[in-house]
Amino acid sequence: MHVEALVEEIAGISGEQHVVTDRDALRTYESDGLMHFSATPGAVVLPGSAEEVQAIVRACHRAGVPFVARGAGSGLSGGALPVEDGVLIALTRLNRILEVDLDNQRVVVEPGVTNIAVSNAVGPDHFYPPDPSSQIVCSIGGNVAENSGGAHCFKYGFTTNYVTGLEVVLADGELVHLGGKEVDRPGYDLLGAFVGSEGTLGVTTKITLRVIPSPEDVRTMVAFFEGTDDAGKVVTDIVASGLVPGAIEMADQLCIQASEAATGVGYPKDAGAALTVELDGSAAECEARFDEVVRICEDNGATGIRVAEDDTERALIWKARKAAFAAMGRVAPSYFVQDGVIPRTRLSEVLGQIAELESEYGLQVANVFHAGDGNLHPLICYDGSRDGEAERAEELSSRILDACLAVGGSLTGEHGIGVDKKKHMPKMFQEPDLAAFQRLRCAFDPDGLANPGKVMPTPRLCGEVPGPYRQHPLEAAGLADRF
Amino acid sequence: MRPSSADEAVEALRVAGAEGRRLRARGAGTKLGWGRPTEEPDVDLDLSGLDGVLEHNEGDLTAVLEAGTPLGRAQAQFAEAGQMLALDPPLGPDDAATAGGVFATGDSGPLRHRYGSGRDVIIGIGVVMSDGMRARAGGKVIKNVAGYDLAKLFTGSFGTLGVILDVVVRLHPLDPALATARGRADDPGRLAAAASRLAHARMETMAVDVGWSGGEGHVLARFGGQTAADQARAGVEVLSEAGVDADVIEDDASVWEAQRSGQRADEDGAVVRVSSVQAELPRVLRAAERAGAAVVGRAGLGLSWLRLNARPDPAEMTDAIEGLRAELAPAPCVVQDAPAEVRAALDPWHEPEGPGLVLMRRVKARFDPAGVCNPGVYAGGI
Repeated sequence: MHVEALVEEIAGISGEQHVVTDRDALRTYESDGLMHFSATPGAVVLPGSAEEVQAIVRACHRAGVPFVARGAGSGLSGGALPVEDGVLIALTRLNRILEVDLDNQRVVVEPGVTNIAVSNAVGPDHFYPPDPSSQIVCSIGGNVAENSGGAHCFKYGFTTNYVTGLEVVLADGELVHLGGKEVDRPGYDLLGAFVGSEGTLGVTTKITLRVIPSPEDVRTMVAFFEGTDDAGKVVTDIVASGLVPGAIEMADQLCIQASEAATGVGYPKDAGAALTVELDGSAAECEARFDEVVRICEDNGATGIRVAEDDTERALIWKARKAAFAAMGRVAPSYFVQDGVIPRTRLSEVLGQIAELESEYGLQVANVFHAGDGNLHPLICYDGSRDGEAERAEELSSRILDACLAVGGSLTGEHGIGVDKKKHMPKMFQEPDLAAFQRLRCAFDPDGLANPGKVMPTPRLCGEVPGPYRQHPLEAAGLADRF
Repeated sequence: MRPSSADEAVEALRVAGAEGRRLRARGAGTKLGWGRPTEEPDVDLDLSGLDGVLEHNEGDLTAVLEAGTPLGRAQAQFAEAGQMLALDPPLGPDDAATAGGVFATGDSGPLRHRYGSGRDVIIGIGVVMSDGMRARAGGKVIKNVAGYDLAKLFTGSFGTLGVILDVVVRLHPLDPALATARGRADDPGRLAAAASRLAHARMETMAVDVGWSGGEGHVLARFGGQTAADQARAGVEVLSEAGVDADVIEDDASVWEAQRSGQRADEDGAVVRVSSVQAELPRVLRAAERAGAAVVGRAGLGLSWLRLNARPDPAEMTDAIEGLRAELAPAPCVVQDAPAEVRAALDPWHEPEGPGLVLMRRVKARFDPAGVCNPGVYAGGI
């Protein structure tokens, strides 16, 4: 690796004050939101424009040095984990909202803009639906890389359904525009392929987002049950009735207790499950169907129902839900969070298996999840100071993923594969599937310099199309084998 | 060649790739005239034998459709469970269009406004490539970010990357009732302004369409739910405030069927799909009026289909299309239906050379190493 030789060139591009090489200062960037992986990059650069990003990537490409783009660093799969001695491109300074075009219901932003800033820029009459729990800090660039979801995606869809255009710097420094403000531009849907590619196909420098009219009305309630089975039946009945709530979120007892301790919103600590249901849309329709939701909860043995009478109460209900991860600090010193997805009809079965695993491993697992789309977020609690407990927690965590896959689910619904789950990829995909993924990767980044070591279970190199063999920089460094 | 199983289709691809024979997959053939005109393929792979709804998971609102499954038949099956695939392009004669054909061409209909197009409802895919490699991407759950989204990449790729064997889709509940607010105007500016008011209103519209023909037009907003008629009445208020005559249509199936069929040409006619933005709608309507074209469009998305009647001389049709392109620049104007002479005389894709096309060619080279998958039909001659 020649990162030292690169630093001077990069400093010339972005200014010395925007390049970090001091070992202590680099520690800030060692991990993203998944703290148990860390690596020290050779240098961190904070470019101030798309042109600077392009020049930096071009310099990396010339030097054969891998690079990783990073937004707010709130990702939960290690997607922004630096490559040891590579270049980390932190996009925090690219935080401008470039255009709010409400006539066409589009917003053009730089990648460092936070998720919440988009809705704030177009409110109150419009909003940007994808709403990850980290939305006050996470960046749109990171959302694009991970195809982020959130509580409202059961009804409204994911990041990929709202990105209409991207400006991307490819791994060789070429700048391309995918899509635009318009939809259905001619040619391959490279935009669709890029969103969710976890930084392995290039670096986004501008993003065009679709925003939609805010719902006329929002009705939010939380119902409590003796256990998750009853709450699960409510979800089944709601979906069977043809309702598509804006959100259906479930929390189990451990989560309720932790959230209550953290936020004091007044939830009963003896409740076995809490189900947050939000109907939104036409006021007439919400009015007509809200009672139906209440009745379904009652029919399935709700022990208490709290309906938000105003925006303040609605905000409290969401505060209790979105605080769940942070609140777990009160239960255990550390936790692993999983992101497995299951067909919603298998909820009860898989939650039962998780409970059995808890007993088998003697560890607590809290469950808080997007019940409408079957996206689980088991939080596996452990105390790292106890000998071997972290390892056991990790093993338990893997077995939960196995349980999800066994019922036809997925490894991840919104957090991404990153480094965290790449070793599990062969459980979900066969070798030809992975080889097909690699074809896309090679079309975009034949030299494998954009965020290497993520997504794919093992490092792979691209054959030339066509042309003679030449040694790859990663191969020369002994970091990868040719397949 | 008409394989009766996915394995046979895989073998057909492997052999075609190995022997360098150009292969085109087809379903019902309702859109075979789209894209650049090409020579007849060496292998015409008729997928109508792969026509099963392999799974319909009612409780999970998902389904797996083999490529040759007629979409209309699948919809009828979903409807029995009170569900639908929210993808409603025109299905051609006898509703013959297949799932594979609709996804391979990226076609869509009025529901696109709320639910997106094929790319937005597809959650998994099975494909085979020209070296016989059979792969899957995505999964069977509605929320999933594991691996690259090859389902979107293959959607709209016209069979140039490989052949779609099956698609996994997300379903939506059918609404208990439907109703439409309709407004009429004979001024493009006023019609577009009314459509824009509807698209920006805090209402939950399933579709917001316009239609224009012979100096007059209409705007339609469709609502669903138990209170569909109430919502449509609120839509009428918005339209009235915008200064157009408006009414509620409760039995609205035929007006939406007309919007869908307006996306296809009569014999020897042509259809140009314009990808623009909402605010450009008045310009699109005026350009169409001058060219003697009828329009149907998704007002909230800036997508319009301009339908030109047959001309005695194909050169006249070509000139009319070139004129539209010049007037609507820089909006891409893709020629869908058109006589072969017209499609040969201009680039139906309207896609300029540039870094985007270079990247598309790199994608093509990786996925279709033998270069036999429907070559020449696509943008940039891919």
